[in-house]
Amino acid sequence: MADVTPMKTPAEQALTAAYEAARGKLVGKGALADLRADAFQRFEASGLPHRRVEEWKYTDLRMLMREAYPLAPAPDAAAKARAKEAGQILAGVDCRRLVFVDGAFAPELSDLTPEAGLTVGSLAEALANTGNLGDALVAEHVGKTFATEDMAVALNTAFMGDGAVIRVADDTTLQRPIHLVFASGSDKPSASFVRSLVVIGKGAQVTIIEDHDSSEAQVNAVLELVVGDDAKADYYKITRAKALHVASLLASVGAGAMFDTFAFTSDSGVVRNQHFIRFAGEDTQGNIRGVSLLRGKEHVDTTLLIDHAAGHCASREQFKAVLDDQSHGVFQGKIVVEPHAQKTDAKMMTRALMLSDEAESDNKPELEIFADDVACGHGATASALDPGLMFYLMSRGIGAKEAESLLIQSFIGEALEEIEHEGIREALTFAAVRWLGARG
Amino acid sequence: MPAVEETVEQVKRIDVDQYKYGFETHIESEKAPKGLSEDTIRFISAKKNEPDWMLDWRLGAYRRWLTMREPGWARVHYSKIDYQDIYYYAAPKAFKAPKSLADVDPEILKTYEKLGIPLKEQEILAGVRKQGEPSELDDETTGGEYTSGRVAVDAVFDSVSVATTFKEELKKAGVIFMPISEAIREHPDLVKKYLGSVVPTSDNFFATLNSAVFSDGSFVYVPEGVRCPMELSTYFRINEANTGQFERTLIIADKGAYVSYLEGCTAPMRDENQLHAAVVELVALDNAEIKYSTVQNWYPGDAEGRGGIFNFVTKRGDCRGKNSKISWTQVETGSAITWKYPSCILRGDNSRGEFYSIAISNGHQQVDSGTKMIHLGKNTISRIISKGISAGKSNNTYRGLVSAHRKATGARNFTNCDSLLIGNQCGAHTVPYIEAKNSSATFEHEATTSKISEEMLFYCQSRGMSAEEATALVVNGFVRDVLQQLPMEFAVEAQKLISISLEGSVG
Repeated sequence: MADVTPMKTPAEQALTAAYEAARGKLVGKGALADLRADAFQRFEASGLPHRRVEEWKYTDLRMLMREAYPLAPAPDAAAKARAKEAGQILAGVDCRRLVFVDGAFAPELSDLTPEAGLTVGSLAEALANTGNLGDALVAEHVGKTFATEDMAVALNTAFMGDGAVIRVADDTTLQRPIHLVFASGSDKPSASFVRSLVVIGKGAQVTIIEDHDSSEAQVNAVLELVVGDDAKADYYKITRAKALHVASLLASVGAGAMFDTFAFTSDSGVVRNQHFIRFAGEDTQGNIRGVSLLRGKEHVDTTLLIDHAAGHCASREQFKAVLDDQSHGVFQGKIVVEPHAQKTDAKMMTRALMLSDEAESDNKPELEIFADDVACGHGATASALDPGLMFYLMSRGIGAKEAESLLIQSFIGEALEEIEHEGIREALTFAAVRWLGARG
Repeated sequence: MPAVEETVEQVKRIDVDQYKYGFETHIESEKAPKGLSEDTIRFISAKKNEPDWMLDWRLGAYRRWLTMREPGWARVHYSKIDYQDIYYYAAPKAFKAPKSLADVDPEILKTYEKLGIPLKEQEILAGVRKQGEPSELDDETTGGEYTSGRVAVDAVFDSVSVATTFKEELKKAGVIFMPISEAIREHPDLVKKYLGSVVPTSDNFFATLNSAVFSDGSFVYVPEGVRCPMELSTYFRINEANTGQFERTLIIADKGAYVSYLEGCTAPMRDENQLHAAVVELVALDNAEIKYSTVQNWYPGDAEGRGGIFNFVTKRGDCRGKNSKISWTQVETGSAITWKYPSCILRGDNSRGEFYSIAISNGHQQVDSGTKMIHLGKNTISRIISKGISAGKSNNTYRGLVSAHRKATGARNFTNCDSLLIGNQCGAHTVPYIEAKNSSATFEHEATTSKISEEMLFYCQSRGMSAEEATALVVNGFVRDVLQQLPMEFAVEAQKLISISLEGSVG
């Protein structure tokens, strides 16, 4: 534990260089410029998060991010053409598609048919229009949804270029889910920093899907989500990111709201999905769920921070991971119950299924409780397939491979079945079955 | 449950914030000059008549310590410790290595008597005065046979061991039980072989400090195939002001041996904080078993959070042999700050580690405690039961690691940590780390946090119990799993301690 000042890694040096170079081009004056500069200064001071940073203990970006890719150029026609195929996982679901190519909004690929109560725009536009945090909605919320010292969020703030800005008016029920597709179009390795803002009015009902489908790209995504009182919001995060992907959800949920999330991750390189969720008003119900499917040398980290800041809220967290080959699955889930948040009911369950002796599963469920009248709990398991169950199926004439597949399906099914939207549930279940089918 | 009524009575008799063991014994003592330097270490080493290799070992640790930083990751907050403002060695003055209890300063004996500690109370003390002969009481209860009813005690006062009982009898069985300072002189081979082999001198900030300045502690060696004929126990007492206590305990159970060891601690009430940084090392060889129980009741500070002991302890057991077993049981009620993670390294195939803990915090106490179970061998099993109770303005954290390495096929762990909150100004936290690098590992972890259920209290009260009685009953039920693991004598004591610790918060 000797005192050492770590050398800057090549990736850190490249990020600093990129920031210096881009500073002139990144939109922003006044408050926005200050916000960026302040965030970058924090990055300069502490560098990429590494294993000595408790929250990043199992996902050491200093090690995992060997180099920093250059910022993606504005997408050309070829890039947009390549991006057309992205987000196919939900091809069968009737959604409003909003497409972002290499982090830039592509209106020509997006469905912009007007709908009452819905305003859709791009962050770059909102920032450029005013050159400041002048846009009322952006100024009110960006960087303020959830206060965090997290370094990935800080980097995003420093570099944020484009993203969706969505406003749903009070008491509006959207007819179709909004499907935000973040695709990579560039044929060269590139980096993008996308920042989206979704503000859901009181009593509104909305389904939002954040779908990242990228190839050789480093993506740092932040979505700030404000759920109004008594609203019903469903948030899905679908990740298939070949290279490096760090995504942060910063959510603040109002009183009496219903808030469901589901994160589905497969076929990825290094992924870190962080959910920072605050229950800011009383009587809110939240279901935070997810399934990760890992093989090869994939690394998927799911990190939750559930902050019960108001009383009488109930939250359920359920995460499942299937780990094959030399993959590395990480789950960190922290439930915080603040002193006045009496009658909180929070239960977290995380389970890892290990299919290979070379896989690694690290679980860290945490409780941090300051109120006495609460019922909180967590459970965590890690194990292989139950040989008893395998034997049962095989003794009934089912082959080993098939038996294994059935058991895995039922393992992840427990989480998938809870998805309320039928179309999305079927699409994700199908994707999981396809993943299983590709197992040797 | 009569025990519960007894507990409630006990609680009633004691005023709020009355730490029972807060008195100070006025005996003259001899101290090393204040502060820490190589000279202090030479002083301690010379006082103990240590061989050169031991001094070199200490100095090596000290030099290492100078390069280390105090860890800051635990959920405890305290004002900076000035390591130069502590006496690292204090010994009762009239102290000349006593041959028997008769040589011991009667003031000290009185102190232990007041503490009601299991120096097996007056009876055993009398027995010891007869130099190794069993006392009358023992004859009645044991009929001359070895049973667990008797306890051999090593008492450590500030920096030195003042009395060890039943030495002769243990010798007959081949068990070595003596202050570690004596063992360094008399059994250098054993000490050399095992000291620092579980907790290396470079392990962590506090363990390294301990390696440099440890003054005394217990040494136990149970030879091959021997079942230690009685419970062994050490009683630690910090008496002097501004004195740190750095004891070092080393227990070795050779092949097929068994030993059960108890540890208890208290300190006087003082306004300033005192540092306690102990290291305990356990080594279990093939088929051996070590059971280590602690009732920790250091002075926790007063109602405003002034004073109290800073308890930074490194305890680790190494299941080095096949089929070995190490079990930790702890009842933590004292200390202003507890920073303690008794661990098991499950190196031998089929070895087993257990951790049972009750941690109670009240007032301004801060507890950050838990365990580590490191599965290295095949078919290793570990079990963790932790019960935390927070009351007052205290914070109570369970922090634990369970890990299975690549080659630990068939590793199994079950962890259960429950927290109970009494009052809305305290905090209960759970931070488990579960790391599996082997698919055949089966890890299960569960944790809950809740309030004492109104329903249960109502049920008890509707049957005529007072609110206080009902709470005591529920709390006792909550910690029952762990209490059952304690040796009989300690279990009763621990149960009382729990009620006393919660005094002022119940109802």
